[in-house]
Amino acid sequence: MTRSITKIHTTVEDHHIAKLTALAIGLHILEAVIPSPLPGVKPGIANIVTLYVLYEYGFATAVWVSLLRVFASSLLLGQFLSPTFILSLSGAVLSLAALFLAQQLPKKYFSAITLSIFAAFAHIAGQLIIVRLWLIPQTGVVYLIPIFALAALFFGLINGLITAKLMKQNS
Amino acid sequence: MLQNMSFKFNPKPLLGDWLVIIASLIMVVTMFQQFWSFEHASKLKIRQGNKIIGTFDLNQKRELHVHGPLGDTHIVIDQGKVRFKQSPCNNQYCIHQGWLSLAGQVAICLPNQISLQLMGAKKTYDSLNY
Repeated sequence: MTRSITKIHTTVEDHHIAKLTALAIGLHILEAVIPSPLPGVKPGIANIVTLYVLYEYGFATAVWVSLLRVFASSLLLGQFLSPTFILSLSGAVLSLAALFLAQQLPKKYFSAITLSIFAAFAHIAGQLIIVRLWLIPQTGVVYLIPIFALAALFFGLINGLITAKLMKQNS
Repeated sequence: MLQNMSFKFNPKPLLGDWLVIIASLIMVVTMFQQFWSFEHASKLKIRQGNKIIGTFDLNQKRELHVHGPLGDTHIVIDQGKVRFKQSPCNNQYCIHQGWLSLAGQVAICLPNQISLQLMGAKKTYDSLNY
């Protein structure tokens, strides 16, 4: 009997994506362990990787890293296809959309900080849309919007500063 | 290719960043004002079954008796606040709601089919009008 070997040909870019995604998954899982006073209020440190990749490798790679991170982390945490996963996915998708638009801004005036804040707001907006439409279909959710928005601004700013610093060290 | 992309790496916020930060802060503060406006109520609407018993001014001292299927429910209005004082229902949840004073607050006695709804100058969000 002959052994059939299926060989997947990988490019250098695939290796980059895999390494960076592994880093993002690590941060995502690290964060999942940290308790939060309110479900949904999280630092989102994995987004630092997404932002970094966006600057260093471009938008397409950032999409890969971000979405692979969401899928792989949910599998590792046992949350695949659960509400947590759907929230994570909707947040990531909207966040990527915001990054796509925000990266068109002139680089002279807008740094990673702006992108990070936009991504954080889009992330929480994506999650709140799912919460309102599917999980808690009533208007009481609006009372939580200010808290989430404040947290998004705070953590978005910090993540942005970290990304900016990372890139300065790398340049 | 990567070398050609010239990004200015600066950990300090740039001009546009400051604009975004300030605009976001204003937005967040506005959200707190919009969604967390705990305005004191000025009027009280009482419903029994599917009919409205009446809308009452909260700034008065008044005791009301509303008749429901179980009997008389005793409601007290006292200068800006209102509560169920006595109810013929078994669980007495309505009594335990205590005093209500903010716009949008609601207390309901399901067994006797009576509800109190506090209203301010403008309509606020609650889980009933969904």
